[in-house]
Amino acid sequence: MTATPALLEVEEVGTPAPAGGPPTSTRRILTTITKDKGALACVLFIVIVVLMAVAAPLITKLSGWGPYQFDSAAINSDLGGVPHGSLGGISGNHWFGVEPQNGRDLFARIVYGARVSITISLSATLLTGVLGVVLGMLAGFYRGWVDTVISRLMDFLMAFPALIFMIAILSSLPAGNRPVLLVVVISAFGWPYLARVIRGQTMTLANREFVEAARASGAKDVQVVFREILPNLRGSIIVMTTLAIPGYIGTEAGLSFLGVGVSPPTASWGQMISSSVSWYSVDPMFFVIPGTFLFLTVLSLTVLGDKIRSVVDQGEAA
Amino acid sequence: MTRYVIGRLGGVVVILLAVCLFTYLIFFKLSPDPAVMICGKTCTPERIDSIRDVLGLNQPILTQFWEFLQGIFAGRDYGSVHCSAPCLGYSFQTNESVWSMITARLPVSITVAVGAAVLWLLAGVIGGLISAIKQGTWWDRTAMALALGGVSVPNYVLALVLQFVLVVKLQVLPFPSAPAFADNPLLWFESYIMPWTVLAVGYACLYARLTRANVIDTLQENYFRTARAKGLSRSLVLRRHALRPALTPITTIFGMDFAGLLGGALITETVFGLNGIGKMAADSIAKNDQPVIMAVTLLAAFFVVIGNVVVDLVYTTLDPRVRVTSS
Repeated sequence: MTATPALLEVEEVGTPAPAGGPPTSTRRILTTITKDKGALACVLFIVIVVLMAVAAPLITKLSGWGPYQFDSAAINSDLGGVPHGSLGGISGNHWFGVEPQNGRDLFARIVYGARVSITISLSATLLTGVLGVVLGMLAGFYRGWVDTVISRLMDFLMAFPALIFMIAILSSLPAGNRPVLLVVVISAFGWPYLARVIRGQTMTLANREFVEAARASGAKDVQVVFREILPNLRGSIIVMTTLAIPGYIGTEAGLSFLGVGVSPPTASWGQMISSSVSWYSVDPMFFVIPGTFLFLTVLSLTVLGDKIRSVVDQGEAA
Repeated sequence: MTRYVIGRLGGVVVILLAVCLFTYLIFFKLSPDPAVMICGKTCTPERIDSIRDVLGLNQPILTQFWEFLQGIFAGRDYGSVHCSAPCLGYSFQTNESVWSMITARLPVSITVAVGAAVLWLLAGVIGGLISAIKQGTWWDRTAMALALGGVSVPNYVLALVLQFVLVVKLQVLPFPSAPAFADNPLLWFESYIMPWTVLAVGYACLYARLTRANVIDTLQENYFRTARAKGLSRSLVLRRHALRPALTPITTIFGMDFAGLLGGALITETVFGLNGIGKMAADSIAKNDQPVIMAVTLLAAFFVVIGNVVVDLVYTTLDPRVRVTSS
């Protein structure tokens, strides 16, 4: 699942059939996390990244350099554009140093890159979540031909070599609105992994006594689905979506790394890593900084997702 | 059972056809005119027309698709050139036959995939087993924390770090080329060890976590306790009773992951410049070489779908509890 490994694959979680007992409350998840130092550190880092994403223009105003500003004074044009000073030109002026060759401020690029990463991964998660939950519930609840159609569609999408296909589609489409395109393409191949789990759980839930009781008291299909079944799926949905976000961040960075993600000059971590390749023997910091941010963001979200999963699993086993 | 297998294979054919048609339509709609691309800069309208004619681009899209399929199973003719089955067309860039491009690059991809798979299976399963047996110790906690870290490193980042440290700074490894094993076994190994590692790390970490969880579950089963109560030693019970049920699910996942490697190794092959199928896919995409893109997509889908069927069949042999009732 590293990314590559099936970039989009979200690990299947929990028991396929939710056992008895009430769904885990959000409060229980929160209290467990606040008691765990590691998880708290992850939350803190994620909050920082999200703040960077939200307040990017404000932050770069404070740091003094925008993401598209060239600073030719910070690079040594005699040496082919290597930044002045040690560590890739880190100084009070440029907090994370500058890009070789054109002297753009790395801090500003990182901050704006967070914006791209967070927006795309959250939108993709939202879209995958809606598609996966709705189609999974439809298939599991109505069965019959509805199930057949949706299941075949899922088989079809999961048989696709998603990465190759995403690159191919993205590179042949006109530049247009790249972020939207990325979200659509990532979600189109991502939803079946969630839908498969939701479908299975809906099937077992639909046979439970409380659903029968609701029906007996005159509830319509819509009410049964949204009032009775959906709340019981909450645990799985929370777990699968939190674990999907880091996957999508990795996918977006990977696609940008391969040159088919957001188009320059928009800053993206994957793209920064890719342009650092030709510089890494003379200016390793240009690689280290975006690489570290990408790794820590994915790691924090994965650890957090894992924590939430263990809380939810315990709740369902209880 | 036979009926089940035939049914599954029928499903395989349908899915592959759908993938094929979908890919064909998408690239037919999205791509610039292939005839103009092939013709190049010095080009006359007559020449474009004749290229269109030879490639059959003037025919309706479905007829073209049908000819493409025919080419795969029975071969086809492009003007005076005969392309024998399995015919996947000719590269727009190099005029090479796509089938021979694939067969030329397959050995590299297979070497990368098999080496990585061996590495991650060994590391993942053994690491997970030790963790499960030593549950709660510092080894277990360190290993599992490392595993979370390993899952989170994007493989191109890992590839660049390894290349920087081992090749550029310490100079203990050469830049990966793809030499034949027989020519220089040492260079062969030194070239592939980094790609193997990069590709294996993510999977190894996942498998370690899965193996650990499965073994711990099995250790709580009644039959395990019964065997222990009879006086059998812990290691014997582990070997005889716990390993098989714990590892069966791993085989399923392994089959799927391995089948998906053709697409999965794209980034690794590209970063290390190894001339396998993944790199061919990336290159053909960059140059908009449609026949090659089509072929790679189809080949990758073929592996995934076949992998699925094999996994299901193997699973029923390994775990009699889920044996399919032939209804």
